[in-house]
Amino acid sequence: MAILRATATRVVYAVILLLAVLVLNFTMMHMAPGDVADTIAQSMGGADAEIMEQIRKDYGLDQPFPVQLGTYIGKVVHFDLGYSFFYNQPVVKLILERLPATLLLVISAQLIAIILGVVLGVISARNPNGLASHFVTGLALFGYAAPVFWTGILFLILFSLKLGWFPTSGMRDVTTTGGWFAEALDIAHHAVLPVFTLCSIYLALYSRTCRSSMLEVLGSDYVRTAKAKGLSASQVVYKHALKNAVSPVITLAGLQLSAVISGAVLVETVFSWPGLGTLAFQSIIARDTPTILGILFFSALVVIVGNLLTDLALRIVDPRVRSKQ
Amino acid sequence: MPALLKVENLRIELNTRDGISPVIDNLSLELYPGETLSFVGESGCGKSMTALAIMGLLPDKVGRVAGGRILFNGENLATASNERLNEIRGNDISMIFQEPMTSLNPVYSIGEQIAEVLRRHQALSNKAAWSKAIELLDAVRIPDPQSRVSDYPHQMSGGQRQRVMIAIALACEPKILIADEPTTALDVTVQAQIFDLMRDLGRQSGSAIILITHDMGAVAEMAEHMIVMYAGRKAESGPVQKVIESPRHPYTQGLINCVPHLLAELTEERPQLAEIDGIVPSLKDFGRDECLFASRCEFADTLCRSQRPPGFDFGDDQIAACWRAGEIH
Ligand SMILES: Nc1ncnc2c1ncn2[C@@H]1O[C@H](COP(=O)(O)OP(=O)(O)OP(=O)(O)O)[C@@H](O)[C@H]1O
Ligand SMILES: [Mg+2]
Repeated sequence: MAILRATATRVVYAVILLLAVLVLNFTMMHMAPGDVADTIAQSMGGADAEIMEQIRKDYGLDQPFPVQLGTYIGKVVHFDLGYSFFYNQPVVKLILERLPATLLLVISAQLIAIILGVVLGVISARNPNGLASHFVTGLALFGYAAPVFWTGILFLILFSLKLGWFPTSGMRDVTTTGGWFAEALDIAHHAVLPVFTLCSIYLALYSRTCRSSMLEVLGSDYVRTAKAKGLSASQVVYKHALKNAVSPVITLAGLQLSAVISGAVLVETVFSWPGLGTLAFQSIIARDTPTILGILFFSALVVIVGNLLTDLALRIVDPRVRSKQ
Repeated sequence: MPALLKVENLRIELNTRDGISPVIDNLSLELYPGETLSFVGESGCGKSMTALAIMGLLPDKVGRVAGGRILFNGENLATASNERLNEIRGNDISMIFQEPMTSLNPVYSIGEQIAEVLRRHQALSNKAAWSKAIELLDAVRIPDPQSRVSDYPHQMSGGQRQRVMIAIALACEPKILIADEPTTALDVTVQAQIFDLMRDLGRQSGSAIILITHDMGAVAEMAEHMIVMYAGRKAESGPVQKVIESPRHPYTQGLINCVPHLLAELTEERPQLAEIDGIVPSLKDFGRDECLFASRCEFADTLCRSQRPPGFDFGDDQIAACWRAGEIH
């Protein structure tokens, strides 16, 4: 019951937050020079002042700002994000087409970074002077120093161009046949480089965090109690210590989610991955306002849902969080 | 009757920034089944280190047994494998720690933390272990154990947490229970309850108890034998009654003089409360060949400052490591 009520509160907060994001996005785009009429005129190959006036009238652009904002929010509530004149498609359709690719990238990168980070963190905490520990330190240095697009290009040159292990761009090979399994395999093959590129920055962050929290937990009184019970070393580490040590990693992963999404924009661009990132990039250049607003809205949605999930995960791991509500 | 636990000339070395120091030097003791032995001494005298050495839980890479033997039923724990120690820990020898607030794992229910040790050593099923956990909570006098069993440590007070620790420690009816200052972190009313509990339950399970404490009152009430530790060495040892009534070592005398109610009992009127001037020498000086108490002792002479005193026997098992113990008392 308590968990339901807590979740409900969170959802209410999330909705308020989304509204705020909508208002902010719309205001910002409104203040930026250029509008839909310019885009349409551009796609028509130019238009005179009169036609521009007509277009503005048709799309309600001549209305005062609060009315425009109200209309926009009203539409968004009905899941109508407008029409992209650049792509000649409804924005919702455009985004839903691209969203799975981005989610695949972001979720796999996050999961791999968390799991690998925790594993590396635990190994290096158990043996602070061992090989894994030095690897984590080196990785952290690399992860903090290297920009993600540079890492991407590096991977691309090494693993695609030189070694030829992975494709250079895109998400699927159109020539692939043989049912859904072959297709999934093909997508996975394409995903390896972008996922690991995106993963690389966060892996360093998570493994260092896990290492230091694990070191602290291993020296704690309750770990000594666990040893005093006669439990085996692996039970002490994986049952008693790890569950305490992962909380900071989960919290951090939640906080990093928005950074992961903006990282995805760069990675998608480097690898021509057909997700929201490339879409965002193209529509910014084309000044396709409805699409940009739609993408911003969806990114906010993903971050908010991600934070809800983070909260849920923390509650599962730590009873103290559970009883705080 | 053979001794249950026999520690012979134990030496524990700590690897500190200042080099290697003997935090315990030449400690011997014997513990018989069902008996209570008390360890007293100021902070930093090495009481916890002794307990951890018996458990095989000396801090990793810092502490090690450098000499002597720890014989449990004739088996030397100092050289036993970790697997063997894991069979003994929590089963034959268990320990209650100084810090009840942090000694329980915050992310598991107390029922799980009790049940775990039963599953580990008595091969009980999940269900059987859980109901035994409820029984144990009842035994350590936690009200409404049926519903408290699924509580988490943060939902309990310090006294209740220490009761849970006692339940864990006594779950497998160990032959030896080591209690390291089990009440230091608790308030006075709770202290008495915890001591009562340990005495009653210890008696029921027939466990021998090693009680580490600052509380001379608790020593007088609970223990048959006592060891007074000073700077990693045994200052005095013997039957509790004899040591408290006629302490031979000036340090023991000082400790007893610190306790108001003991004196009130012994002498009717309340003399001014004494305290021992000075502090325990620092760890790096523990190895010196002299009486380490000399700098704080009003009776100290040149002999005390130039040679480590051996133990002198004063009959009835009372032994005091003081050059002048024969003259002063
Ligand atoms: N992990 C450690 N690393 C280095 N030195 C330590 C460590 N643990 C304890 N010591 C030192 O060992 C000495 C003895 O410590 P110990 O914990 O046995 O004292 P104690 O008699 O139990 O004191 P208290 O009454 O405060 O619990 C102290 O000087 C302490 O500073
Ligand atoms: Mg101690």
